[in-house]
Amino acid sequence: MTLHIKNGIVVDPKNGIAGEKMDIFIKDGKIVEESEVGKECKTIDVSGKLVVAGGVDLHAHIAGGKINTGRAMRPEEMRFVRRKSNGLRAAVGRTLLTSPAIGYEYAKMGYTTAIEPATPSIYVIHTHEELDSIPIIDKATLPLFGNWHPVFKYAADKDVEKMKSFVAWVLERTKGYGVKLVNPGGVEAWMYGGNVSGLDDTIPGFGVTPREVITTLIAAVEELKLPHSVHLHCNNLGVPGNYETTMETIKLAKKFRNDNRQVLHVTHVQFNAYTGSSWRDMGSGAEEIAKLVNSMNNVTIDMGQPIFGHATTMTADSPFQFELHKLVKAKWCNKDVELETGAGIVPLVYRPKSPVNAVQWATGLELGLLVDADKIAVSTDYPNGGPFTAYPYIVTLLMSRKFREEEMKKAHQYIEKATALPSIDKERSIEEVIQMTRVTPARVLGMENKGHLGVGADGDVVVYDIDPLNYDSSDYQAILKALENPLYTIKGGEIVVKNGDVVGEVWGRTFWVDASEQTTTEIIEADLDEYFNYYTVKRCNYGVEEGWLHNPVRITAG
Amino acid sequence: MKNAICTFCGNVCDDIEFDGTVGKNLCPIGEAKFAAKRRMEAPTIEGEKVSYEEAIERAAEILVNAKRPLLYGWASTVNEAIKLGVILAEKLGGIYDQCSSVCHAPSTLAMIEEGIPGGTLGQAKNRADVIVFWGCNPVEAHPRHPSRYSVMARGFLTKGRQYRHIVVVDVRKTATAYLATEFYQIKPGYDFAVFTALRSIVNGHEDAVPDEVGGLSKEKLKELADVLMDGKYGVIFYGLGLTHSRGQDRNVECIVKLVQTLNRQTRYILQPMRGHFNVVGAGAVAAWEAGYEYAIDFSRGYPRFSPSEFTAVEALLRKDCDAALIVASDPAAHFPKKAVERLAEIPVIQIDPHPNVTTLLADIVIPSAIVGIEAEGTVYRMDGIPLRVKKLRETEYWSDYQILRLMLDKVIQMKGE
Ligand code: SF4
Repeated sequence: MTLHIKNGIVVDPKNGIAGEKMDIFIKDGKIVEESEVGKECKTIDVSGKLVVAGGVDLHAHIAGGKINTGRAMRPEEMRFVRRKSNGLRAAVGRTLLTSPAIGYEYAKMGYTTAIEPATPSIYVIHTHEELDSIPIIDKATLPLFGNWHPVFKYAADKDVEKMKSFVAWVLERTKGYGVKLVNPGGVEAWMYGGNVSGLDDTIPGFGVTPREVITTLIAAVEELKLPHSVHLHCNNLGVPGNYETTMETIKLAKKFRNDNRQVLHVTHVQFNAYTGSSWRDMGSGAEEIAKLVNSMNNVTIDMGQPIFGHATTMTADSPFQFELHKLVKAKWCNKDVELETGAGIVPLVYRPKSPVNAVQWATGLELGLLVDADKIAVSTDYPNGGPFTAYPYIVTLLMSRKFREEEMKKAHQYIEKATALPSIDKERSIEEVIQMTRVTPARVLGMENKGHLGVGADGDVVVYDIDPLNYDSSDYQAILKALENPLYTIKGGEIVVKNGDVVGEVWGRTFWVDASEQTTTEIIEADLDEYFNYYTVKRCNYGVEEGWLHNPVRITAG
Repeated sequence: MKNAICTFCGNVCDDIEFDGTVGKNLCPIGEAKFAAKRRMEAPTIEGEKVSYEEAIERAAEILVNAKRPLLYGWASTVNEAIKLGVILAEKLGGIYDQCSSVCHAPSTLAMIEEGIPGGTLGQAKNRADVIVFWGCNPVEAHPRHPSRYSVMARGFLTKGRQYRHIVVVDVRKTATAYLATEFYQIKPGYDFAVFTALRSIVNGHEDAVPDEVGGLSKEKLKELADVLMDGKYGVIFYGLGLTHSRGQDRNVECIVKLVQTLNRQTRYILQPMRGHFNVVGAGAVAAWEAGYEYAIDFSRGYPRFSPSEFTAVEALLRKDCDAALIVASDPAAHFPKKAVERLAEIPVIQIDPHPNVTTLLADIVIPSAIVGIEAEGTVYRMDGIPLRVKKLRETEYWSDYQILRLMLDKVIQMKGE
């Protein structure tokens, strides 16, 4: 199948194209030169419309035990009907979507790639089963390392070689894409009712600190030359005053260097960017964090933007989830997972008239406006901050000062005191928001063929009904409508969305990283055998084979 | 084959040695599963032997022509087949329901109210110093549970039996009670009252507790509450004794609240003892494909959940269904009489490796390969941990997956989608 996208106005920041009239050609799923396509090519004329690469979501809990338990626990979430089953699948769910709904809704707003960012390795088959049930988009999953006993042991021993070996072994067994840490040490402490309060607490029973766990893992990931850096959910999430821990954590990256990408990605930073000493005097630490991130060249972040309305919090940060359960008095699921990790789920509503929720909302936007566009990606930490379907809303807020003013009127006025948002006049340009939704997340993930439209890139192209050379940022309704209803979403050269409706279904790929060439598992064989005495599954029954996945793509590290 | 996986109970033991006929490490009920049993020779329509293709074609016709077919069973097959079942129900505008609706559905209802503070079986093995079995009897229903995961398991931080306090609470002295450090016998139907009393004591309101609750003296209740609170890491396992006695989901909700309260002082998790080896998968797959775990109706073109209308028993009693596809289950042996009578009135298609009571009233019978022996795929243990069960020997029988794949293709073809 070859496709010719004619006369669009292309914004492709990675290749330095800032609104040029250009034709794009796709053949066999890739962007190609005009000379490569023959006569029998399908042409779509998109004169005067914005043409960009497919969106990339680097952090959304779209598959696995957490979201699925959330669905079972919240049938009230599932009554929202997005489409009936005629031809394609039925799709339901308000902020917790079914797997078919997830694929369709991403495509409907012009996204073609999404990363599941937190899988307990022992549950990874389940995660892959759900990823394989999501139509259209490409995907990958990040196994959790931050509270795993062998990780503590190798960090305590400062044994980077063994850590490398362990990381490579886990990625192979899980068909995982990279290294995720959630509240390192805190979840292990929670097994006996505790938590850690910062980088230098001792993790009970292991004589090692979160600082050492994080830095040893960064060292291992860098030496393994993985495409994606350590992906970190900081300690002290959701606690007033936590921006200090976040700043200290970000500074850990200073010891490391990588010319191609960041060495540390700190995720959903909004939840880790609060000043104050309690919920009564909490405020935004976004300005300070933005200054720090902008001053460094090896750290990236994503927003974790809350959306007013319903959400379902779900993280591996089980002590935080328990605190939230007590705070909001909502139902609570918890899962303590072998000697690996944990998880918790609590429903939540972000209310514009709640001072705390209003500050959270403003803090996310401050980050989105103040951090350099090549260092921050748009995210809601789906479904923690709200649905990913709100991305057009977030992007429009970033682009239109007038829209922000309208929305701020609905929010509690405490944001005027506790955040800088009302004083920020900045409006993101189209190039910047395309950067933040395509180029930056693709670069953060180390996915070279994503986020741009150069020859060789994936044939994932989106056409929006906006003229990037001539639009009015104060007409935010027009921008929002255009972003919510792409004229076309093209996945791998196939038209899957037309005028905002799903018209076709394709099946994406699952990327995983093979780092076996960078290390040897021999040095941890004995440890693994010993360790599996304490598992409830045999080592040979642990993990997932490539052949069980629908459409796996192996990326070799290095 | 070493480290084969037993596909009988929710323990899903993964250390079975199988030589083609005999399995080592199996418990007696697992052995029975693996033992040679009578099989159906070939697919049949009205008792006449036919090919797989013929049986499936005819089955698809019946399902497509039905106004609202019931697709029931699923707890004893693999996720790959279950997924096709959910999609089939959606395409047909029928009802998807699974065995949970007659066993642990009250647990799901309790989770909808309160959530569930849970964990994996490895947590019981590695950390638990207090283990409670409430209204369940693993020695008979999950025979290797005590040695693999709980009572005697040698864990990382809890090294074995002598480091654990084992509590059994039941209405009679079960075989499991003989393993206990302490056995508490309560009156049938008083679980809710006993949980409430325990919650009061744990919350510091023991003055509100009367002298006797559910057959336990106040002294005994205080003693039990102390045992619970003294645990550094406790696990409570519960079974059908809670979900099938007076109170049902309210019992589970109350024990969830007790565990929530205990977590304010120490650490506790709660785990239902699920029966069939993949009853968890039968709910999980439906949840990601359609949003709900059981009792799902697709007659409007999208999924709706209503346990009082769309469970198999309710739908049959109400005569809402005019055909049924029964997969890996035996409702005729377990459903109430009136529901079975309705099943006998409507066309029934059965897919199962072995003949059972439902076979007697099935119009089309499609024998299938035995999951975990002749067919592979993914199953979820009682704590949700996924395991890939293996194909240990060749067979002429089609797998559930193959049968349902062709059936779904036929249905899509007939409906012209
Ligand atoms: S305990 Fe259950 S899974 Fe284990 S061998 Fe017995 S029947 Fe099979």
